[in-house]
Amino acid sequence: MTRSRFAAASRHGGLIVLAVLFALPLYLAFVVASHSAADLLRGVPIAPGARLGANLRTVFSSSVPGTPSLRTMLVNSAIMAFGIAIFKLALSVPAAYAVSFFRFPGRMLMFWIIFATLMMPIEVRFFPTYEVTADLGLLNTQTGLILPLVASATAVFLLRQFFRAFPLELADAALLDGIGPIRFLTSTVLPLARPILAAIFVLEFIYGWNQYLWPLLITSAPNKVTVVMGIKQIISAAQSFSVPQWDLVMAISLVALVPPVVLIVAMQRWFVRGLTAGID
Amino acid sequence: MFRHRLLPLLLILPELVVVGLFFIWPSMRALAEAFQESNAFGLGSRFAGLANFRSTLNHTYVQAIEVTAIFTVLTTVIAMALGLFVAVQVEQTGRARPIYRTLFTWTYAVPGAIAGALWLFLFEPRIGPGSRLLAGLGVHWNFALSGPQALGLVIGLTVWQQAAYDFVFFSAGLQGVSDRVLEAARIDGVGAVSRFWRIVMPLLGPTVVFVAVMDVLAALFQSFAVIDIVTQGGPGGSTTTLVYALYRDGFQNGDVGMAGAETLLLFVLAAILLAVQFRVLNRRAHYR
Repeated sequence: MTRSRFAAASRHGGLIVLAVLFALPLYLAFVVASHSAADLLRGVPIAPGARLGANLRTVFSSSVPGTPSLRTMLVNSAIMAFGIAIFKLALSVPAAYAVSFFRFPGRMLMFWIIFATLMMPIEVRFFPTYEVTADLGLLNTQTGLILPLVASATAVFLLRQFFRAFPLELADAALLDGIGPIRFLTSTVLPLARPILAAIFVLEFIYGWNQYLWPLLITSAPNKVTVVMGIKQIISAAQSFSVPQWDLVMAISLVALVPPVVLIVAMQRWFVRGLTAGID
Repeated sequence: MFRHRLLPLLLILPELVVVGLFFIWPSMRALAEAFQESNAFGLGSRFAGLANFRSTLNHTYVQAIEVTAIFTVLTTVIAMALGLFVAVQVEQTGRARPIYRTLFTWTYAVPGAIAGALWLFLFEPRIGPGSRLLAGLGVHWNFALSGPQALGLVIGLTVWQQAAYDFVFFSAGLQGVSDRVLEAARIDGVGAVSRFWRIVMPLLGPTVVFVAVMDVLAALFQSFAVIDIVTQGGPGGSTTTLVYALYRDGFQNGDVGMAGAETLLLFVLAAILLAVQFRVLNRRAHYR
């Protein structure tokens, strides 16, 4: 009895130490964001300071000199993240519904075309995709920022997995009752699919918010910068001061990481379900 | 099953248009450019055979292949070991399990570039607390000058995020390992270590392969933000991965033909991983 209690206690101890190590970079960012830049020169304090509010007010009112306004960057990030999540659902729900509930010529071909896109992230195809996006005149536009990232079938794949387990008798019953496919989709399938739709939304929002490479290529105008890609300019601007403004960099970093991290903590069940739905 | 013919095509059309415009067309274009050579003004181009592929066989690109291989193997192995270890431990905790799940999942949601900013400060050579700690331990730390240190930093940062992803999948996989089987083995006198290697690992096999492929994909392709923030590929190319090299050759040096050839090589890599993944998913389906 005492031996197993000792084992349990050391397990908790080990896990807590690991969790603290995992959280350390975030905690230090918080400490730095709550001090003044000059305080940091003698070494980073262990406890948080009192300047978090003041630093946040500074970055929201004037940002770091020479960088775009934080409000603008946040708005751009939000447009991109919501845009990607909404477009992804709007495109993938009808597509997955079509390949799952209809028997039509070319069905499997369609599915394979979509499936082929599955594992080619934007980082693989960014160079030619950039050229095509430029040819279409979509540089520095929200469309150019969003659509190329929506062009992958992860969501179609997840939805098809869900639809495959869907009782087809319901569709046959709907046919007998004279209910058409579109009404069947909106009245029966979508309400039952709500959990998987929520999971896809969470995954895609985080995916969109966290993008770095694609916005870096597509946007050159300062009023189109997102906060995640803007962090590079912010770091180099902050380092050009005689006293590097790390307090402001960390304040902006905290603001930039709060939406996806809060979303993942609050919606963890949906997130885990969405992430693992493809394989189990 | 509905038997309409036109309606499903209409439903699928928007997805196909987007995939066609931003996936298939760019792929065709990369294929064409890989075998073309454009003149210095970018005005005309002619068939170049394998010249672009030959020019990737230079010293810096070969170095990028080596860096990518080391980076990919190390991040995958360390992140998987850490994720699996934590998942197995957390699985055996009682009521605190949901809290631990949250504590080991959140790092995955941090944007790569922001994670880069956090770690950049942590290991900033002059005032970073990590650097001071290392200096106290007698390590001469300056990742801006030392290639191995820069690579180590980028690996540590990637593991910090990827281990959380692996943890999620291993936790889900461990749910599928029956408690009754483990309990029966325990009663039969099978020790904890044997139980893990003889029962848990075989049942976890497909998850292990899946996670390994996803980690390799992430290391190969999704490390750009971290590298661009922390090291910009340096010092001396010691953290220049294949994707970073493509960015440098295509955008900073404007070599369209070489970028096309490099894109094709990335496509081949991704296709191989896709094939492995597909086999795993299929085999997994047979189990059910």
